[in-house]
Amino acid sequence: MNLTTFIIVSVIKTVIALFVLLTAVAYSVWLERKVVGHIQNRWGPTRVGPFGLLQPLADGAKFLFKEDLIPPHVYKPLYIAAPMLAVMFALTSISVIPIGNVVTIGNIKTPLQITDVNIGLLIVLGITSLGVYGVALAGWSSNSKYSLLGGLRASAQMVSYEISLGLSLVGVLILAGSFSLRAIVDAQAGTFWGFIPRWNIFQGQIIAFFIYLTAAYAETNRVPFDLPEAETELVAGYHTEYSAMKFAMFFMAEYANMITVACLASLLFLGGWHGPLFGPPLLQAILPVFWFGLRVFMFLFIYIWVRGTLPRFRYDQLMAFGWKFLLPMAIANLVITALIVAIRS
Amino acid sequence: MLHLVLFLIFGAICVAGAVNLLVQRHPINSALSLVAVMASLAVEYLLLGAEFVAAVQVIVYAGAIMVLFVFVIMLLNAGEEARTGGSRVAILFGIPGMLAGSLLVAWVLITHSGTQEVSAGALPGPPREIANLLFHDFLLPFEVTSVLVLIAIMGAVVLAARPESIEQQKREG
Repeated sequence: MNLTTFIIVSVIKTVIALFVLLTAVAYSVWLERKVVGHIQNRWGPTRVGPFGLLQPLADGAKFLFKEDLIPPHVYKPLYIAAPMLAVMFALTSISVIPIGNVVTIGNIKTPLQITDVNIGLLIVLGITSLGVYGVALAGWSSNSKYSLLGGLRASAQMVSYEISLGLSLVGVLILAGSFSLRAIVDAQAGTFWGFIPRWNIFQGQIIAFFIYLTAAYAETNRVPFDLPEAETELVAGYHTEYSAMKFAMFFMAEYANMITVACLASLLFLGGWHGPLFGPPLLQAILPVFWFGLRVFMFLFIYIWVRGTLPRFRYDQLMAFGWKFLLPMAIANLVITALIVAIRS
Repeated sequence: MLHLVLFLIFGAICVAGAVNLLVQRHPINSALSLVAVMASLAVEYLLLGAEFVAAVQVIVYAGAIMVLFVFVIMLLNAGEEARTGGSRVAILFGIPGMLAGSLLVAWVLITHSGTQEVSAGALPGPPREIANLLFHDFLLPFEVTSVLVLIAIMGAVVLAARPESIEQQKREG
C-alpha cells in the first residue's frame, strides 16, 4: 500500500469510526433514558419521533443554541480547556479498538480498526489515564466548592481503581502473550470440546472479568461509583458550573468512555468478534462486526441496568472496597494465572 | 524526513514546556507544563521505536504521578506565587554554573559519542525484548529496586499515619 492510499484509507476509517462512535454516544443516552424509564415504570422520551428516537438530535440542537455561560469567578483558560480535554481523550481511545477481521476491498487489505499497533492495550490505558485531567481541571478551574469536591473525588477514585483495572488485565495478557488487541482476540478463537468458546472468561479469567467490570464502572464515574457527581450532596459535581455545549462535552466524554470500556471488555474477555459464521460471503463479512456490536450493546445495557438498580456507595466504602478487596483479588488472580501458565508450559 | 520533522516539533514542545514550567507563577500551570513535557518525551521515545517505553512514560508519569501532583495542588488550594526577582546567589553562581554544566555535557557528547544517529529499531523497543532485559539479564537490580520502592511505601505509611490511630490500633489489638 503506498502513502496516498494509506492516507485516504486512514482518513475514511477515522471519519467512519468517529461518526459511528458519536452516533453510539447519542443513542446510548437515548437508550439509558428509555431503559431507566421502563425500570422505573415510566415511558422515557416518547414525543420526538417514533419511540423518541429523534430525541438525541433535539437535545444536540438545544445544547448548541443554549446560551454559553462563563461564570465570572472561574480560571478561564483551564475552564475552557477542561471539557475539550475530556472529550478529546474519550474520543481518541477508540482509534486502536478493532471491531472485526481484516477485510479486503478491491486490492486494498485493511483491518477493521483505525490502526493496529502492537501495544494497543497500553495505548488505550494511557489515554484513559490522561482522561482524568479533564475532570480534575474542570473541578479546580470552576472555583466553586461543589466542583472542587467533585474533581477531587474523581481524581482520587480514578487513580485508585486504575490499579485494580490494570492488574485485572495482566492475566489476559499472560494468556495471549501480546499487547495487541487483535492478537488477544485471535488467541480466543476456537472452542473447548467443540461447544464452549475459548473466550478468556472461560479460560479461568472470570474473576478478572468481574474485577475489570467493577473497576471500569468506577473509572467511568458511573453508578454505584458516581460520587464525583453525586446529585444529593454535590449538585452536579465537577460540571456544576458548566452549561450548554461545554456541559454536553462532559456528557459525551462519559458515554464515549462507557463505550470504550464496553469494547475493551468484549475484546479482552468475551472473544471480541468471534461467533457463528454462516450464509453468503457478504453476510460472513458483516457477521463478526454484528457479534461484536451485540456484546458492546450487552455491556451498555448492563451499565444502564446497574444504574437503575443499585444505590450509591459511601465514600469510605468506595475506597475500602477498591484498596482492600479489589486490589488483593486482582493480585491473587494474577499470581494464580501466572502459576498455571508457567506449569502448563 | 518525517521522523526529523516530528522530532523537531516535539523537541520544541518539550523545551517550551520545560521553560514554561519555570516561568509560570501558578503551580497548576507549572504542573500542566510538566505533563506536556512528559507527553512530548513519550512521542520522542516512540520515534526511536521504543513504543513500550513511550506507553509506560504516558501511563506512569503523565497519567499517575502528575495526576497526584495536580491532586495535591487542588487539595492544598495553592495560589499564585509571588515573584522575588531571583536571589543574588542564584545570579552569581547559578548562571555561570549552568553554562559550565551545559558546556561540559555538550563537550562529552561531542567527543565520546559515535557519529551515526540512532535509528528506529536499533535499540530494544518491543515489550518482549524489554521484558527479557528486565526479568532475565537485569533481574537482580530489578528486584533490589522493588525492595527500595517497598521501603519508600513503608516510609510514607509511617509518616502519614497519625500517632493517635496507631495507639488506638495497639489498644484494640
